Amino acid sequence: MTEVWGSIGQLVSDVQSGKKSAQELVELSLSRIKEFNPEYDAIISILEEPARKRAVEIDEKLKKGEKAGRLAGVPFIAKDNFLVFGAETTAASNMLKGFVAPYQSTAIERLESEGAICVAKANLDAFAHGGSTENSDFFITKNPHDKTRVAGGSSGGSAASVALSLAPFALGTDTGGSIRQPASYCGVVGYKPTYGLVSRSGVVAMASSTDCIGVFARRSEDVALVLDIMSGEDTLDSTTIARDSSAYTDLENTVKGKKVGVISEYFGEGLDAQVKASVDSIIEKLKLAGAEIQEVSIPSIDLALAIYYVVVPAELSSNLARHDGQRYNYSAPDFKTLQESYEQSRSQGFGAEAKRRIMMGTHVLSSGYYDAYYKKAQTVRTKLINEFKAAFERVDFLVGPVAPTTAFKIGANEDPVAMYLQDILTVAANLVGIPAVSIPCGFDSNSLPIGFQVMAAQKDDRALLGFSKGVEELLI
Amino acid sequence: MSKLSREQILKLATLSRLRLTDDEIAKYQKDLSSILDYVERLEAADTKGLEPTYQVTGLLNRTREDVVVAQQATPDELLKRVPRTHDRYIKVGRMI
Repeated sequence: MTEVWGSIGQLVSDVQSGKKSAQELVELSLSRIKEFNPEYDAIISILEEPARKRAVEIDEKLKKGEKAGRLAGVPFIAKDNFLVFGAETTAASNMLKGFVAPYQSTAIERLESEGAICVAKANLDAFAHGGSTENSDFFITKNPHDKTRVAGGSSGGSAASVALSLAPFALGTDTGGSIRQPASYCGVVGYKPTYGLVSRSGVVAMASSTDCIGVFARRSEDVALVLDIMSGEDTLDSTTIARDSSAYTDLENTVKGKKVGVISEYFGEGLDAQVKASVDSIIEKLKLAGAEIQEVSIPSIDLALAIYYVVVPAELSSNLARHDGQRYNYSAPDFKTLQESYEQSRSQGFGAEAKRRIMMGTHVLSSGYYDAYYKKAQTVRTKLINEFKAAFERVDFLVGPVAPTTAFKIGANEDPVAMYLQDILTVAANLVGIPAVSIPCGFDSNSLPIGFQVMAAQKDDRALLGFSKGVEELLI
Repeated sequence: MSKLSREQILKLATLSRLRLTDDEIAKYQKDLSSILDYVERLEAADTKGLEPTYQVTGLLNRTREDVVVAQQATPDELLKRVPRTHDRYIKVGRMI
């Protein structure tokens, strides 16, 4: 995949020095979207007019000698579950089709206040339910490395956008791997921060105890800059935590002397041999570069997916209750009673996967099943958290593959459990609330990208990005 | 095998405010049963002495001053998105 943009830091300094203009960058992004999107279906809507208008404003500011921000003129793409004021936000669902955002998400607001320009909204599995974008109610995003394969999901459109260089970075959400898995399938860096580090105000909710906002980019340095701007407490999201006092861009950039734990459970049955070989070879490189490698066992990690598929449907069934056909967007035209209006609107507006998960969540929360499923899962979650805490007392980072295979063929995983197994290596980080990154580390014999996953303890985001940058340098 | 009956699926659909076709009922009976089969492995986990986790970063309830803060989303803008209105009210179907 050709690199078009270079580093974001360089782009910004070129805009600030007048070497490039915000308008040129926006035009480049728009022209690439128009050139590649018809083939790959990464984008749901293009914000052509507002993006052009903002670019003119930024160029005028700079001409007058005013500051235009730390992301002056940088175009970006947001997953279509981020509310961008005045723009359509669909979550790739028929339920929200045509919904014009009445306010702006905090993440977008913070980026735009530093001069970044949202040029387009990217495809996803409807309501972020899925691992391939095949559940989008509109169309399936194709993998930039092979059009017959999925881009991964649920943030597949964002991952494909960065792989196709439609923009230098894109935003996604990660509830159980929805940034890391598509990043791995598309060969870009995908970063999920510590739970609570980035405000979720104005982002369509899926599962409130695991949803995280994160970044797709070409390099960890770019991720760090975007995270530095987006992160920190927000009065509009009471789950946000304080950010670090020093900048996330202040990266240590070394792997030497770092204690690295290889999660032994991540190399078991079902892991593709080529994915394993590629990850093994990075671990070998880390060792040669002076990292201290040790094997770490987290026994309950084998239960992470089972915990996830109780907790997440439970939470999302509650969050999706708001889509009732009365207050906004899709509403079935024919009904007699309020009850019927709810049922018809929801049955017609939600796709098959949303319905499946809503019913699963309703089941595990219902009287008589709550203790056996929901409470039990949340208690096993405590056990998993304790095991991770113990591991991070011994090592700085935990590593392994991102997904058991490379990108699969469109239509290959029709059984829901087979599809859910795609998340088996990513969900633990969400349940524990720790930061995790997918770094491209090689290709299989079909030239499909492979991702290397690194996790760190809660709030160790800067250390993780520094290590991630160090890993990237080993791969050059 | 934790097979869900047709009646259980219908009850879940009612609780979820969903109306299902016969094909959907059969499909979800199969799908939900196989997901439940998968998650049943949690039962065997030893969780003696452990409490459930509902929040991972240890935050406690946050309070704020009870004052009106102007929001970007104005009432008029929000009302524009409502499918059926009467004056400035949301209009819904009859209850019974």
